[in-house]
Amino acid sequence: MELLYASCVGLLVASGIYLILRARTFPVVLGLTMLSYAVNLFLFSSGRLKINQAPVLGQSASYADPLPQALVLTAIVIGFAMTAFVVILAIRGRADLGNDHVDGQPRATRATKGSK
Amino acid sequence: MQHLITLPVLLPLLAGIILLLPPCGKSLVLRRWVASFMALATLVASALLLSTILSAGPVVYAIGEWQPPFGIVLYADPLAVALCILTSFLSLVTIVYASRGDDKAGSFYHPLAHFLLMGVNGAFLTGDLFNLFVFFEVLLIASYALLMHKKDKHTTKAALHYVILNLVGSSIFLIALGVLYGVLGTLNMADMALKVALLQGDDIYLAKIGGLLLLIVFALKAALLPLHLWLPATYGRAMPVIAAQFAIMTKVGVYAIMRVFTMIFGEQAGELSGIASTWLWPLALVTLVVGAVGVLAAEDLRRLSANLVIVSVGTLIAMVALNDEQATAVAIYYMVHSTIACAAMFLIADMIALQRGKVQDRLVNSRGVAEPKLLGICFVVAAIALAGLPPLSGFVAKLWLLDASYGAEVAWVFWPIYLLASLATLVALSRAGTSLFWHDHPNQDEQFEDNVYAGKRRTWALVLILMVPLMMTVFAAPLNEMSNEAAAILHNSQVAIDTVFALAKEQ
Repeated sequence: MELLYASCVGLLVASGIYLILRARTFPVVLGLTMLSYAVNLFLFSSGRLKINQAPVLGQSASYADPLPQALVLTAIVIGFAMTAFVVILAIRGRADLGNDHVDGQPRATRATKGSK
Repeated sequence: MQHLITLPVLLPLLAGIILLLPPCGKSLVLRRWVASFMALATLVASALLLSTILSAGPVVYAIGEWQPPFGIVLYADPLAVALCILTSFLSLVTIVYASRGDDKAGSFYHPLAHFLLMGVNGAFLTGDLFNLFVFFEVLLIASYALLMHKKDKHTTKAALHYVILNLVGSSIFLIALGVLYGVLGTLNMADMALKVALLQGDDIYLAKIGGLLLLIVFALKAALLPLHLWLPATYGRAMPVIAAQFAIMTKVGVYAIMRVFTMIFGEQAGELSGIASTWLWPLALVTLVVGAVGVLAAEDLRRLSANLVIVSVGTLIAMVALNDEQATAVAIYYMVHSTIACAAMFLIADMIALQRGKVQDRLVNSRGVAEPKLLGICFVVAAIALAGLPPLSGFVAKLWLLDASYGAEVAWVFWPIYLLASLATLVALSRAGTSLFWHDHPNQDEQFEDNVYAGKRRTWALVLILMVPLMMTVFAAPLNEMSNEAAAILHNSQVAIDTVFALAKEQ
C-alpha cells in the first residue's frame, strides 16, 4: 500500500510540475491543481497510513491520527479558493493581453520584436 | 485583558466585515473614516499588547482553550508585537493616503487593506506552523486582489506571475509541513523546538529536508535571491500606495525565517542547529549585490524603490545568518526602519508620478512637479533615511549593523559589499533627485489638474510616515534596549517552551 500511495503522490507531483512549466495558462492551472492534489495526499500520509481505524480514542485497538485529516481539510478549502482565483485571473489575462500565454505574448512574436 | 493578544487579528477582520456591510458599503466617506479608525484601533491594541508583554514577559493564548501542543496557540513576544505595531501603523498611513482618491480606482480597497493587515498580524502572532500557513494564505489572497486594484494590462501579467509563483510556494510549504509533522508529530513551534533536539538516526535528515523546504518558501516570500525576480515587476506595477503597504510583506518572510531558524532550529536543536546559516550567507550577499545593481539600473522611481526593498532584504538576511543576539537586535531595528523608509519612497513616487503628467516618475528631464517644496523635502528626508546618512535612523542602523558584524569571520566580505551597496543607493537616489527636481523645464503656462495636489490627507500621511525615521533616531537608546530584549527572548527558545507549556499545565 505504501508503495502504491507514494508512487501516486510522486506521479501527481511530476505531472503537476511538467504542466506548470508550460507556456499557456490553462495547462499551468491544471498543473497547480494536480500539485495541490499531490500535496493533500502527502499531508494525509504524514499521520501514517492505516486502514479501518477510527480517529477516535477507544474505538479500536490503535487509532488513526486526526490532526493530518484536519490539516488536509483546511488545505483543500484554501487550495480550492486559490484555484478559483487563478482561473478567473487567467480569464482576465486572456481578455487583457489578447492571448493565453503566461508571459503575455507567444514566443514567435517576441522573437520578431527582438530582431527588429 | 488576557484576550488582548487576539485583538490585532480580530479588529482588522471585524473592520473588513463592517466595511463590506450596507452602511459602509454604500458611502465612500463613511468607509474611509471607519477604515482609518479601525486601523488606528488596531495600532492602539498592538501598542497596549507591547506594553503588557514588556512588563510581564511573552504571552500565550490557547484559541478555544484547546490545550497546547494539540490546539492552536497565539504567541506574542516583543519581536512579533513590535512588527504588529509596524504593520498597523503602515496600514493606517496607506489608508489615510489612499483616501484622497486612490481607493476609487477599483472596488473594495478598504476591506482588502484590512484583510491584508489581519493576515500579516496573524502571521506575526501565531505560535503554530500550520496556522502560519493559513495566515500566509489570508494575506496572499488579499494581496492578489489589491494588486489587481487598478485595471490595466501590465498589472494583469504581473499579477498572474505573482499568483502562480505563490501557489507553487504554498504547495512547497504544505509538503514541508507534512514532512515535519511526520517526523516530529507536532506543529506547535515551541513543542517543535523541544522535539527537534530529541531526533535520532534518519529522522534528522528528514527534519533537515523539511526545514530547508520551509527556507525555500520563506525565501520566496522575502524575495531572497534567486527567488526575487517577481518583486520588481509586482511592486513596480501595483499602485504605489498598495506597493507601500506591500513593503511589509517581504518582512513577513524574513520574520518567518528568524522565527523558525532561531527558535526551532536554534542553538538548542543539537545536530540541526543553524542548518540555514550556510545557505543564507552567500544568498544574502548576492541579493545585496543584485539589489544594488537594480537600484542603479532602475528607470523610474517605483522600480528604484522596489530594488531598495531587495537591498534591505539582503541586509536583513545577512544579519539573520550571523545568528547571534546582537545581530538579531540590529535586524529588528533595521526591519522597522527599512519598511517605513521604502514605503515612504513609494508614496513619494506616487505623488511625483501624478504631478509630472505623461512622463510619470521616469527619471528623465521633464516639466517640474506642482509642489516642489513639499515633495522635495519629503524626498530628501526619505532618501537620507534610505541611504543611511546622518542624522536619520538609516545611519543609526548602519553604524550598529557594522558594529554587530565586526567580530564575525565573514565581516571582510560583508563590509565592502554592504558599504558599496549603500554607496550605490546614495548615488542612485541623488541622481534620481537631481533629474526629478532640478533638471526640470519651467512650466508657467501649464495648468495642473486639481486632483494632483497633495491635499490634506496625503500631506498628513507623508508627514506621519516621515516622522518615524526621525523619531527612531531621537529614541534610538530605548529602541536599542527593546530590540536587544526582543532578540534575547527570540534566541532563548526555552522562554517560549516554558510559556507555552505553563499554559498546558494550568488547564
